Amino acid sequence: MILVLVVHAVLGALLFPTGTRLGRRTFLVAGIAPLTSLIWLSTQLPSILDGHEHTEHLTWVPRLGLAFDLRLDGFSALMMLLISGIGLVICVYSAGYFSEKSTSASRTAGLLTMFAGAMLALVLADNLLVLYMGWELTSVSSYLLIGNDHTKLHARAAALHALLVTSLGGLVMLAGFVLLGQAAGTYRLSDIVDHPPTGTAVSVAVMLILVGAFTKSAQYPFHSWLPGAMAAPTPVSAYLHSATMVKAGVYLVARLAPAFATVGAWRPVVLGLGSLTMIFGGLRALRQNDLKLLLAFGTVSQLGFLMVLFGAGTPEATAAGATMLVAHALFKAALFMSVGAIDRHTGTRDLRRIPALGREWRVFRLLTIAAAASMAGVPLLFGFIGKEAGFEALREAHFAGSWWALAGVAVGSVITVAYTWRFVWGMCGPTEARIEQVDLANVVYRPTRPRWLYIAPIGVLSALSILFGIAPALLDTIETVAGRALDSQVLSVHLAIWHGVNVPLALSVLALAVGTTLFVLRRHIAPVLATGSRVPTGTRVYLNLLRGTNVLAHRVTGVVQSGSLPVYAGVTLLTAALVPGLVLMFSTQWPGLPKIAESPAQVIVVGVLLAAALATAAVRRRFSAALFLGTVGYAMAGLFVVQGAPDLALTQVAIETVSTVLFVLVLRRLPDRFDRTSTSRRRVGRLVISAAVGLMVFGFAIVSRAARTAEPVSTQMIDRAYPDGHGKNVVNVILVDIRGLDTMAEITVLAAAAIGAVALARTGRKRKVSEPTS
Amino acid sequence: MKRIVFLDQSVPIIFDTALVASFYLLFVGHNQPGGGFVGGLVAGAAISLRYLAGGIDDVRSISRFRPWTILGAGIAVSMLTALAPMLRGHPVMSSMGRELDIPVLGHTYLSTTLAFDVGVYMVVVGLVFMVFEAFGEHVESDDTDAETA
Repeated sequence: MILVLVVHAVLGALLFPTGTRLGRRTFLVAGIAPLTSLIWLSTQLPSILDGHEHTEHLTWVPRLGLAFDLRLDGFSALMMLLISGIGLVICVYSAGYFSEKSTSASRTAGLLTMFAGAMLALVLADNLLVLYMGWELTSVSSYLLIGNDHTKLHARAAALHALLVTSLGGLVMLAGFVLLGQAAGTYRLSDIVDHPPTGTAVSVAVMLILVGAFTKSAQYPFHSWLPGAMAAPTPVSAYLHSATMVKAGVYLVARLAPAFATVGAWRPVVLGLGSLTMIFGGLRALRQNDLKLLLAFGTVSQLGFLMVLFGAGTPEATAAGATMLVAHALFKAALFMSVGAIDRHTGTRDLRRIPALGREWRVFRLLTIAAAASMAGVPLLFGFIGKEAGFEALREAHFAGSWWALAGVAVGSVITVAYTWRFVWGMCGPTEARIEQVDLANVVYRPTRPRWLYIAPIGVLSALSILFGIAPALLDTIETVAGRALDSQVLSVHLAIWHGVNVPLALSVLALAVGTTLFVLRRHIAPVLATGSRVPTGTRVYLNLLRGTNVLAHRVTGVVQSGSLPVYAGVTLLTAALVPGLVLMFSTQWPGLPKIAESPAQVIVVGVLLAAALATAAVRRRFSAALFLGTVGYAMAGLFVVQGAPDLALTQVAIETVSTVLFVLVLRRLPDRFDRTSTSRRRVGRLVISAAVGLMVFGFAIVSRAARTAEPVSTQMIDRAYPDGHGKNVVNVILVDIRGLDTMAEITVLAAAAIGAVALARTGRKRKVSEPTS
Repeated sequence: MKRIVFLDQSVPIIFDTALVASFYLLFVGHNQPGGGFVGGLVAGAAISLRYLAGGIDDVRSISRFRPWTILGAGIAVSMLTALAPMLRGHPVMSSMGRELDIPVLGHTYLSTTLAFDVGVYMVVVGLVFMVFEAFGEHVESDDTDAETA
């Protein structure tokens, strides 16, 4: 498994620098990653289907109990099949979708591959923190992919919207993970689900985790980022924003529901919000003219349905959810790819402008209609099987409110049928009624035959929808294994078209009939639907929140950041002096002064040091002050030599040399002399602060010498430096080995500071150019 | 820019010597005073000398890599050294090494921590280059100084 993840990461990274060299064929190269994943999965599948699992383990930070635990069980295998299978199809489709001269193809292909790796890590993770890592990586790659067309403002705004919502949700979820992990005593997902902890902390944790799941899976009230994400290229939307990434939240709910469905407010929250999302997402879809947006809101709605099924937590509902998950991925990816093909060929996705399609598009049309019919739940297609299973599971469930959930899902299905009609009508309905502009209505679009690269991927997915619709028993084994991986009480799944005349069948027929009626009466219903536009949309709420945050930040910054360097330094120094100083004064015993000096050399060096320090404060020229400051540093190094620390002295001398030179570089840009305008009151203030800092440091040094009670850790470091670190220079062993992570962080800070310095220097320079000389 | 003969003549010699010294400090750091940080700073001081003698153009001619490339490569080297043990199932940052008998140098212990220190060295050198890049450009005040002087 780790190998598969590494292949994704490496291949993704290698695709970036290929630039335009491979053109759109880079997507075919990118296809190697999902292909590897599928081949590896096929070697594991026989044992998985027998009910075994495959685990891999990599130590990460053992002391924190943090390990890279991966586990392939039935449900992970199903998700992997979807992610890599659809990934492969999308790669082929993209090779046809992107234009020959596309400059962003290699970037998109690289990001898609990395995304697929992150998504696989998410579904294979058996450790909550590893899962979280995959989760956030998918958010980040989604952000980059939505903003793919980075020259467009709206694409960047949409990308930021998605990132803010999903990563904030992710952070809330992380808090939930930590609470849950602490309560359970382990971060292993499988252990937690097998032996679920209880208590108030767990109830809170589960709610926090649900926030993460809801933001990722675009559930009300966090749904608004998903329609915006349609700014991404269509293959990306088809992959991330319909078939895989948005299912991450559903996946997490599916994993946790069997153990936690009865905890606290789980069922009311998940089933309530899921049903609401299904209904209102569907209603919004009915109002769209842009076919891609219609599908986006349709996805929001279908995710609500999946949430209800997995969130119910009963074995039957879980199994039905696994079926619906596959059905949705198959038809939604196909539909998105169809819209992409229409968009590329006719230049529009607006159903009021799409011209009539010529005979060359007959096959394409049939395939699209098949996928759409699967979405609506028409018999003999896989969507029907999934929906029937869902109805049946909710009807059998015996928890409070299960009938409400069934009713909500039934209403949602009615609306699904209605918006499916709108989609099909919009793509290939009669033009007279659809197209408002007369001159466009008579245009028939007769392109050269649509490229096979479009048709083949759509064809594969639609054909699967039809195949599994007619012979659903093909999936019995994998669905059973997937369901059992989630909940051991899941019985053998037997998918079939005909279960006799029963409630689910009645509901399906009702949904098709009422949904069709709604579509036929669309002119009468439109005014009613239009009232929905008066409700503030999620996007508007988001924008207002964003604006509010900016205004608040602006005001706080205005007060806190005055822009005066002396004020900043004063506040910092005073805090540093007062806080520890007061503690020193009131809570420690004064041990008495040590001997003033131990050797004559000390007296001389300290004398030089003091003289240089006083001179630094007294001189009027900046340049001289910098040099005196350097002298203080060198004298300090001298003190280190006297005290027998050559290593420190060496470092001090080197630092002092380099920093004095760099200091002088910057000083060239400042006036030669210090300001003389400072009032005497200010000068007294500075003097007081300086004295306070000096006193505190002095007192601290004296007290800390006597305050030690525990064995210093440094003796242990000295003892272990040579046997463990193989170095005789203990300081160096500490830097590169014992506290190596600290050093790692420090050089990162150095790098950040360097980048900041260059950036600052350059902004200053730009301003100089733009402003005429005064 | 004013040129000073004494600097022009002596800096090239001192520069090479200082650079050798910085490498020495880098490599002996594990057992004697020195290490990547100090070594990098000594190299930085040598670069500063070149700046004094020849200005920013001379500093730029030292390396054909851009400052940020050196800085980033340093971070990458250290990071990879830190992460590499994971591939063999060890925790992050655990050091590995073996004792070697190298001609001339004799019996020594070669450790992955040296690679980590090389990264630190590169970051410090990159930082110095970056600061020269940021603030080392010729400023107008130099000209005015020169004119008034």
